[in-house]
Amino acid sequence: MYEVRFHGRGGQGAVTAAAMLAAALLEEGKYAVSIPSFGFERRGAPVVSFLRCSDKPIRQLTNIYAPDCLICVDPTLTRSVDIFAGLKPGGTLVQASNRPLAEVTLAPNVATVGLCDAIGIALQIFKKPITNTLMLGAFARTTGVVSLEALKRSLEDSDFRDAGLKQNLLALERGYNETVVHAIAQKEAA
Amino acid sequence: MSTSTLEKPPSSAPAKQKVILVEGNEAAALGVALARPDMVAVYPITPQSSLVEHVAKLIADGKMDADIVDAEGEHSVLSVLQGGALAGARTYTATCGPGLAFMFEPYFRTSGMRLPIVMSIVTRDGITPQSVWGGHQDAMTVREVGWVQVYCETVQEVLDTTIMAFKIAEHHDVMLPVNVCLDGNYLSYGTSRVELPDQAEVDAFMGDKNVNWHVALDPLRPMAVDPLTGGSSGKGPSTFVRYRKGQCKGMQNSLRVIEDVHEEWAVRFGRRYAPLVEDYRMEDAEFAIMTLGSMSGAGKDAIDEARDAGKRVGLIKLKTFSPFPVEALIKSLKNIQALGVVDRSVGFRWNCGPMYQETLGALYRLGQATGKMLPAQSFIGGLAGADITTAHFHRVIDATEALLGGATMSTEPVWLNEKD
Repeated sequence: MYEVRFHGRGGQGAVTAAAMLAAALLEEGKYAVSIPSFGFERRGAPVVSFLRCSDKPIRQLTNIYAPDCLICVDPTLTRSVDIFAGLKPGGTLVQASNRPLAEVTLAPNVATVGLCDAIGIALQIFKKPITNTLMLGAFARTTGVVSLEALKRSLEDSDFRDAGLKQNLLALERGYNETVVHAIAQKEAA
Repeated sequence: MSTSTLEKPPSSAPAKQKVILVEGNEAAALGVALARPDMVAVYPITPQSSLVEHVAKLIADGKMDADIVDAEGEHSVLSVLQGGALAGARTYTATCGPGLAFMFEPYFRTSGMRLPIVMSIVTRDGITPQSVWGGHQDAMTVREVGWVQVYCETVQEVLDTTIMAFKIAEHHDVMLPVNVCLDGNYLSYGTSRVELPDQAEVDAFMGDKNVNWHVALDPLRPMAVDPLTGGSSGKGPSTFVRYRKGQCKGMQNSLRVIEDVHEEWAVRFGRRYAPLVEDYRMEDAEFAIMTLGSMSGAGKDAIDEARDAGKRVGLIKLKTFSPFPVEALIKSLKNIQALGVVDRSVGFRWNCGPMYQETLGALYRLGQATGKMLPAQSFIGGLAGADITTAHFHRVIDATEALLGGATMSTEPVWLNEKD
């Protein structure tokens, strides 16, 4: 079982991203379940969504409290939300940010970081700071849990059409290509 | 109104058992479409809204041939469907929480008139305190109104059960409305892999449509429907008693029909669900926990972990809650020594969960038959969208195991999310 928690702000598509990732994992013959968080979602407010994937059918329909990976689609969220709560030791962070690694908020359990200037790229592609498909590309690059091809196929099967589809395919591609992956040295257990 | 849509599937019919990814509400809508109702009536309410939006879209896209009535409220929704059912239509709607409360008067009348309407309840906790989140309080509150009520565990089961519900409701030995309950939030919005049955296969499963044969709004055959019964004078109360007795007979008959329909589904589509009561790892269990709905998946994972730790524990899941499957449940209970029952709603009168309280009735019957007094504890969790995780289930397992060692059965429920 591999568990991912998405963090974002209402309007950035974190909930949709979890469902898109589930569709891509399905394309690869895996089992996947995504669950949105339940709150008074509104534009700009912090939101979370959850994704589980496995080679076997998944029975748990619950939120995720100890994720293997965090995908944070907003660069400012760590100022107001403890996105690292429950992250497993040796965990992965995929973070939208244009800052160098030294300026990115981390936690002791983070062993791998994928950084992508998703806002910058989104403004070029969409003229809007919508970062979710970009960050799925960044996730594929950082973890290898899903392939870029499967993500593209699932987008092509989705409700996206014409210009919207082209933009999102480009966002996936650029998210994948322009993500820099860092390994973080882990402190030896005392 | 479309009345004979059975012979020709729509050109956009899905390939046989196509694999798709959908949320529970969309799975329900796809199940409805495959069952080919003639008429649906809708009024949106969270967390049911996307279900009826999906139904409306299927109709608008020409993938479902049904009349849709966008009524001004839930009372009208069900009243409109009563008219449709009396005219011979297969009918469907969905609601929850306050919407279900608002439709209570026609809701009671539907079972009294023996109209086989299918309605999803996308379960939502009761208000107030204000909440729009999942919980079983709405469906539990109306468990004494003569509707058959079944609860689903997975998104796939939502799709499959929605289709089966029409066949159960319309069976001539049943002729009762059916609620397909799916947990608001976790099932309604949870997105999962499902296999979509082929339309022609579903048509063959459903057979010829014969929804209404006992009453009919037919100008050529005028008849009084739902007349005023006699009370204590005049014609006397016997008509009313006969109706009630018939409803109870239909409920009891439905237990067999629910089993038969699930068996036919398993043979035709390869997916087998325990129709009344599911036993999970109960073979040599010393004690068990009992669940309902979407919480059961996490419950089963917790059972596997407890088994790995050497505990001889199993899980009993109810799929059918109304009618209460007493005999099937007794079979599951007869070899264990302690029971923990997890409810996602509150039984205010008895200070425990409603499923726990109903199970005590089954335990009395078991005691009559065997002299055994099985200790049982009530647990209440998952209220208003709260989670019931494997960690919660381990608390349930440990507390139930303590009953084995002689711990006293408490008259207080354990509130699982009190400190979350």
